[in-house]
Amino acid sequence: MSQPADRQPGATPPGAAPPTGDGPLVALDAVAHAYARTPALRGVSLAVAPGEVVALTGPSGGGKSTLLHVAAGLLAPQAGRVRLLGQDLAGLGEAPRAALRRRGVGIVLQYGQLVPDLPLVDDVALPLLLEGSALEPARTAAREALALVGLEGLGDAVPAGLSGGQAQRAAVARALVAQPRLVLADEPVASLDPEGGRQVLDLLVTVARRGGGLLLVTHDNAVAARADREVRLAGGVVAHEAVLR
Amino acid sequence: MVELHLALLLAGPAHGYEVKKAHDAWFPDARPLAFGQVYATLGRMVRDGLVEVVETRSDGGPERTVYAVTATGRERLDRWLEEPAAPAGTGPEDVVRKAVVALRAPVGARTAQDVLARQRTHHLRRMRELSEPGGDDVALRLARRHALLHLDADLRWLDEAAAALAPGGSTAAGTAGGPTPATPTTPEAPR
Repeated sequence: MSQPADRQPGATPPGAAPPTGDGPLVALDAVAHAYARTPALRGVSLAVAPGEVVALTGPSGGGKSTLLHVAAGLLAPQAGRVRLLGQDLAGLGEAPRAALRRRGVGIVLQYGQLVPDLPLVDDVALPLLLEGSALEPARTAAREALALVGLEGLGDAVPAGLSGGQAQRAAVARALVAQPRLVLADEPVASLDPEGGRQVLDLLVTVARRGGGLLLVTHDNAVAARADREVRLAGGVVAHEAVLR
Repeated sequence: MVELHLALLLAGPAHGYEVKKAHDAWFPDARPLAFGQVYATLGRMVRDGLVEVVETRSDGGPERTVYAVTATGRERLDRWLEEPAAPAGTGPEDVVRKAVVALRAPVGARTAQDVLARQRTHHLRRMRELSEPGGDDVALRLARRHALLHLDADLRWLDEAAAALAPGGSTAAGTAGGPTPATPTTPEAPR
C-alpha cells in the first residue's frame, strides 16, 4: 500500500491542490436526472463557495440525495453540467473523477460506508492509502481523525462491533482525514444523539469555515439552522432558497 | 410580570435598575425589560404589599429606591410556582394567523406559500442565533433549549402547511386564493 497509486490522465498532479481559486467548490448548472421514468431532479442549479455551509433540505423524495450524488460525481446527470473543484465532470472519465474526489472531496453517505472486517484505523486511513501515502503516517492521521470525532482508542474495532452512532462518526473521520476542500454529507448526524450530533456538526462546520465548503443534506431543522444558506428541494426543483447568516 | 420581579428580588433588596439587569441576565434571549415598566410594576407591588421600600440610595448619582420582598410577596411567589403554567400554542399564534390570512384574504401577489417560505427562513435565522455555543449555566441552557424546540415545532408545522399547499398537495381547492402555482426560486437578500 506504500506505493503511489496509479495516476490517471487528466487528473491533478500529485500533491497539487485542486485548482479552484475563489470560484465555487462545486457548481451544478441546470442539472436534471430521472430514475426509470421518475424524475428526481428537474433543472437544479446550485453552488457552494469556499467557507460556505449549505443545507439541502426538503421533503423525502425531493431529490436531495440524488443531488448530492451528482455533486460528488458518483452519478452522471442526464442533463446539465457539474463543475467539481473547478473541473467539468462531463470531461472526466470514471478514474480521474475518483482521483479528484480522493484528493479534494470528503463524502459521508447515509448507508453502509465502512468496510466489513477492516479495523477502523485502516478504514479511515483508506483515502490517504489510495493516494499513495505510506501505512504508518496514514494510520497516524487516521487516529487523529478518529480522536476528532470522539472515537479515540477505537482504531482496532471492526464495524460489526460499533453502534450506529459510532459508525457514523467513523464515516465522518474518514471523510475528513485527507483534509478535503469540500465535504458532501448526507444526514451526517442523523443517528447520533442531540449532543453527539452537535459535536460532529461543530467539527464539520469548523472545517468548512476554514475555507473548505460543506454541502449537507438534512431533514433536521436544528442542523439546517447551522448553515449559511438553505436550499430547499421539492419535486426535483429548488422550491426556496434563503441566506440564513 | 409581578412574580418574576418577586423572584428577582428574592436574593436581597435591590433597586429597579438591578432588577432589570438581573432579569436580562436570567433571560438573555428574551426582550430586555424596559426601565419604565420595571418602576411601574414595582410601584404597583408596593401598593399591593408584595414589596416594601427599605431605603433610598444615591451613590453619587440620582436617588434610587431599594425594594425588598415582603412575607405576602413570598407567599404569592410560592403560590405561582405551585400552579402549572398554561400550555403554550393552544391559541392561534401570529405564524398561524398570517398563514390563515394569506389563504383567506390574499393581498397583492403574495401567495400563502410565499408567506410560509419567508416565515421558515425567519425561524431558521432565529434558530441559528440561538444555536451559537452558550455558557455552561444550566438555567440558561434550558431556557434556550425551550426556545429552540418551540421554533422546531413551528418549523415542522410550516413544512406541513407548505406540503399541503404544494401542487398535488393534500389541500382541497376552494380556499379564497385557490390553488397556488408552484413558486420558482425566491432567493432572499441577506439581512
